Order: sequence, then C-alpha cells, then structure tokens
Amino acid sequence: MRMDMSRFLTHALLLLMVVLWTLPTVGLLVSSIRDKDQLSVTGWWSALTTTERTDQGRTDAADAQVQENGQYVISGDLFDGDAAGRQIQFFGVTNSTYNDNAAGSTITLKNGSNLTVNADGGYRWVSAEPFETTRGQRVLYIAETPPRFTLENYAEVLESEGIGRSFINSFTVTIPATIIPILIAAFAAYALAWMQFPGRSVLVAVVVGLLVVPLQMSLIPILRLYNGVMPLFGAESKSYLGIWLAHTGFGLPLAIYLLRNYMASLPKEIMESARMDGASHFNIFTTMVLPLSFPALASFAIFQFLWVWNDLLVATVFLGNNDRQLVLTGRLRELIGSRGDNWEILTSGAFISIIVPLVVFFALQRYFVRGLLAGSVKGG
Amino acid sequence: MIAQILSATQTVIIGVAACILYFWGTNWVLDRLMGGATASVANESRRAAIRPWVFLAPALFFLSLYLVYPVFATLWLSFFDAGGDEFVGFSNFLWALGDPNFQQSVFNNLLWLIVVPSFATAFGLVIAVMADKLWWGNIAKSLIFMPMAISFIGASVIWKFVYDYRSGDSEQIGILNAIVQGMGFEPQVWIQIPFWNNFFLMAILVWIQTGFAMVILSAALRGIPEETLEAARIDGANDVQIFFNIMIPQIFPTILVVWTTITILVLKVFDIVLAMTNGQWDTQVLANLMFDWMVRGVDFGRSSTIALVIMIAVLPIMIWNIRQANKEQGTR
Repeated sequence: MRMDMSRFLTHALLLLMVVLWTLPTVGLLVSSIRDKDQLSVTGWWSALTTTERTDQGRTDAADAQVQENGQYVISGDLFDGDAAGRQIQFFGVTNSTYNDNAAGSTITLKNGSNLTVNADGGYRWVSAEPFETTRGQRVLYIAETPPRFTLENYAEVLESEGIGRSFINSFTVTIPATIIPILIAAFAAYALAWMQFPGRSVLVAVVVGLLVVPLQMSLIPILRLYNGVMPLFGAESKSYLGIWLAHTGFGLPLAIYLLRNYMASLPKEIMESARMDGASHFNIFTTMVLPLSFPALASFAIFQFLWVWNDLLVATVFLGNNDRQLVLTGRLRELIGSRGDNWEILTSGAFISIIVPLVVFFALQRYFVRGLLAGSVKGG
Repeated sequence: MIAQILSATQTVIIGVAACILYFWGTNWVLDRLMGGATASVANESRRAAIRPWVFLAPALFFLSLYLVYPVFATLWLSFFDAGGDEFVGFSNFLWALGDPNFQQSVFNNLLWLIVVPSFATAFGLVIAVMADKLWWGNIAKSLIFMPMAISFIGASVIWKFVYDYRSGDSEQIGILNAIVQGMGFEPQVWIQIPFWNNFFLMAILVWIQTGFAMVILSAALRGIPEETLEAARIDGANDVQIFFNIMIPQIFPTILVVWTTITILVLKVFDIVLAMTNGQWDTQVLANLMFDWMVRGVDFGRSSTIALVIMIAVLPIMIWNIRQANKEQGTR
C-alpha cells in the first residue's frame, strides 16, 4: 500500500513538473494562431470557449432606404456579411441601454423610428418619414463570439514585420559558422589526441581554459580590430564575413575539446597497426579517424548550430541593424521594444524564431545529448 | 536576397575548399619537399616534429586572434578612456566601485549565482530520479529538456507573456496573474517589483537550464552500480535514504560539474535581462551593464572593466577545470 502511494506521488509530481515546463511554450503557440482581437482580451487557456464580447456596428445611411407599404426601410447586416459565427445577444444605440434589449426585439429611437436587430446581425430600421441621415445609426451589441484560429498573424510578421527576411539572415549567419569550424577543429583535435610533440599537454590545458572565457572579453578588441582592418579591404566593418570568422573562433574551443576527447577514446590498436602498415598521419586521419568520429562531429555541429542561431550578443555587436543583416534574435528584441503590446506579433514572431532549433533538437536529440555529456565543462 | 544566399553558399564552399587545400597542400609539401621517397631517418623525425603544428596552425590562429589576444587587449583597454586612446590608470575601476548601477549589478549577480545553479541542479536531479522510475520518463525528460533549444530572447518573450499584466478591470491574459486572481489576490506587475522581480527573471534561466542538469545527472545516476542500490535496499533503506545517502554522494563530482557549468552561464547571460527589463527596476546584471556601456554608452574603457570583473569571477572555475583535465590526462 505504501509502495503504491509513493509510486502515485512520483507520477503526480513528475506530471506537475512536465506541465510547468511545457505550459509557457504551449501558451505561446496557442496564442500565435488565435485571432488577434480575441488574443488581446481573453487568456489563451480559454481559446476554445465561446466568449461574450461588446462591439459596435453601423447601419447603412439614407441613400440605402427603400419604400415599402408607405414606410421607409433601411435593412442590412451589422456584420457586413462577415459574421464568423457571431451571435448577437443584446443590442442598443446608447452606452447605457445596449444590454437591455434582447436580439430579435424592436426598439424605438428618439426620432420615432423603429430598429430591429436579429441574432445573425441582420437589422431592419423602419420609419414613417424618409431617412435623411448620412452616416447611418451606430448600434452597440453584445455578441457571443466563437473561437477563431488563423494564420494571419504569421503572414503579418513574415511580411510587414521583417521576420521573413531575418529568417534568411539567420540562416546566412548560421550555416557557414557551423561548417567552417568543424574541419579546422578536427585536424587540431587529431594532433592533440594522437601525435607526440612538446607542449601538447599545455595546449590541451589552454583549450580547456578557453572553454569558459566569457565572450564579453572578446567583443571590444575584435570590434576595434574589425573597425580598423575591414575598411583596408574595402569591406564594411559590420559584415557577414566578420561574424562567420568570429563564430568560428568562439566555437573552436568546444569543437576541439569534444573532438579530441572522442578521438582519444578510439582504439589504440587500430591506429598502431595502421602506422605499422606505413600509413601517414594524414591518411589515418582522413580515411579512419574522420569517418569514425562522425557522432562527435554531429554533436558539435548541432551545438554550434543552436548556439549561433540563438545568439544575440555576437550578432548585435558584429552585424548591422539594417534589414539586410538583422537576424531573428535581433529582430525579436526590436519587436519587444516597438510592439511590446501586440502579442499576436510577438508570439508568432517568437515561434518562428524557435521552430528551427526545436526541429533540429527533436530530430537529433540523441547526438545533442551525447555532446552534452562529453562537453559538460563548458557553459552555454 | 538571392545574392545573399549565394554569398553564404559561396563562403561555405570557399571555406571548406580552403581548409582542404591547406591541409592537403601542406601534407604534400611536407612529404615531397623534405626527402620524398628516399626519406632518411633525420628527415623523417624532422617531419614528425613539424606535422603536428601544420595540423594545429589554423586552429591556433583562430584561438589566438579571437580569444587569447582579446583577453589581454581587454585587460589593457580597462586602463584607458572611452575611446581607448588615453591612459587613465585605475579610474575605470574607481568609477565602477562608486557606481550605484555597478553595485546593484554585483549584488544581483550574486543572487543569480546562488539561486539559478541551485534550483536548476536540484530540479534536474529530482526530475532525473523520478523519470528513471516511470515508463513515460523519457517523454517527460524530452519535454523538460526542450527549453534548452530555445534562445534566451525567445524564452523571454514566452515568459513576458506568462507575466503579462492588464490594468483595471480587464481580464488578465498572462497566466500567472490569471491564477493569482483566481485565488483571490491582486494581480501584480511582476517584473516591476524591486528585488523580487530578480527572481522572476531567474525563473526563466532555471526553466532553460533544468533540462541540462537533468540530462547530465540522469546519465550519472545510471552509472551507479545496481549492486550498490540493491545492497542498500536489502539493508532496509527507503527511497529518500537511498537518494541522500547513496545517490548524491555517488554522483557528487557530476553535480559539481553541472553546478559550475551553470554558474559560468549565469555570469554570461545578458539577453534575459535586456529583453525583460533592460536593467530597470533594480534588475541590472554585470553582463547587461557591460553590453549597455559598450553599445549605448560607447565607452570601451568602462565596458572592458566590467568584462574583466566577469572574467575574474570565472577564473576560479577555469583553474579548477584545467586541473581536473590535467588529472584526467595523467590517468590516461
């Protein structure tokens, strides 16, 4: 009995943790596909329920009137044909009376005319005298609004908020910055793992030390260097080339560390028998070690991809703020500042920026975990 | 845009080609020009002495330029004025000591350093232990691990939405305030309550890092020999006793590694503070203060000084890591 109790508790506690950890992201995702008017007034957890909302519409003006049986009639639809499932509950023409009259009833306005509004938004405004109004009558109503899901928010951020362009920019930064360090690191890692030379252990210690150097230390000197050197080659100081090289440099310690540990764990006998057979280091590296190290290469590639894609610091310092260079993280930061209250824009924009890493993460989780276990000396 | 994609593709091709050309070319030169087929013993040993450095050269170049040189340059710059031209002695350091924002940042950073690693490690450990016992543990771990893939800025948007506050009678759309209201309390502007708002920002990093701690600790827990646990059970130890008396001591070295790794991350993270409050309402931290002085203040002297303080905070862990690595090398 006591066993069952503790087992039940474990289930419940872990479930609570999982809910706590996923709920914020679920909220973001649900909100990003909600109608933006609904999103701004009700919580995302009520996204599936019908809500009562107060809104207003306007009847047609005098030029739409027709004569029927000696009366003048203006009729039409308060929703303008776009009811989207809305059902009017109550209506009225003044702020104080709009929740008094049930849909379907007829009210008499100040000028003696009669207005009927039906639940479906259709109205009929009847008067004995000809209408002269040029703007139509404002009608307030309380309507039951069914939930509405849409991709409009995504269309908006992709086009008018520049997220689409930044998506391309992020890929432009990430792909070269992921691939270039791998080769450079692989050769260095092999030398540190399998070649004998003076200073080897010092170099390994240096790499381990560099793993934790805060990027903050590198930014200003490199920025000054770029400002000084890039113009000499006729390039702008804030360029893609600059950030590719910077990410290469910043990613190398982890790459070398991971790959060296992995290569050093490869069986010694294979190496030695290959050496006996007269194979050079270069041949051993390209034909044996590199293919065997694929899991470690994949681990690092995922790491570097996620880290570069998610980076804001390096991109802010080494890339410009213009449309051609602003990456997703930078764009999102800008939107937080400029569109802080427009949750339909922030939620869909944020989701676009996290969907790529999430896909990479879930598809390649095995390699990612392996890399984490091998390289857990480094932070971030 | 097409041009941009082309240029990125071109970079990948040129970069990879340059690497291959370099390594293959230097190898060829080494083989041909120094002895060739009639290799003497002396030539062979000379080649063996040069080859490691050929393999290492590009990596050493990048490491020196992007990490080693900047450490010294930043140290140097911290003794200069805003533009980096005029020597000002220790005045940047004196400024920092007297600056209320800097003091606030140091205080907040200490809070972060205490709270984030402890909570992330503790949560990670508890989840790892629980998940290993249940059939759906792997799904649970996957979901809790997920925030690791999300950028700090994306996570900030997610949590800004959780903390959202609506004034007046309007319905709360942030889930935290909705819950608080549902329990009969007043909704709050969480990120503007001095001191306590720090904890609401830290929660974001704990949320991200718990998955990391969980994965590493879960692997370490699997490494505990089954006999040890079995023996404890036979001796009548219950789950709680096994957790505290067997598991924690057994995996303690791993707990330390997780702790220090998160500690370093805490010192470097600025994105969360930047996006949530930008240091307002007493939430400033060193990394964001440094960023502020670099990008908005354009004072290289002061920002270098702050970067140096972060570096000094990392230094003990760096030394410990290096000693650990050397020990491992010794046993190999």
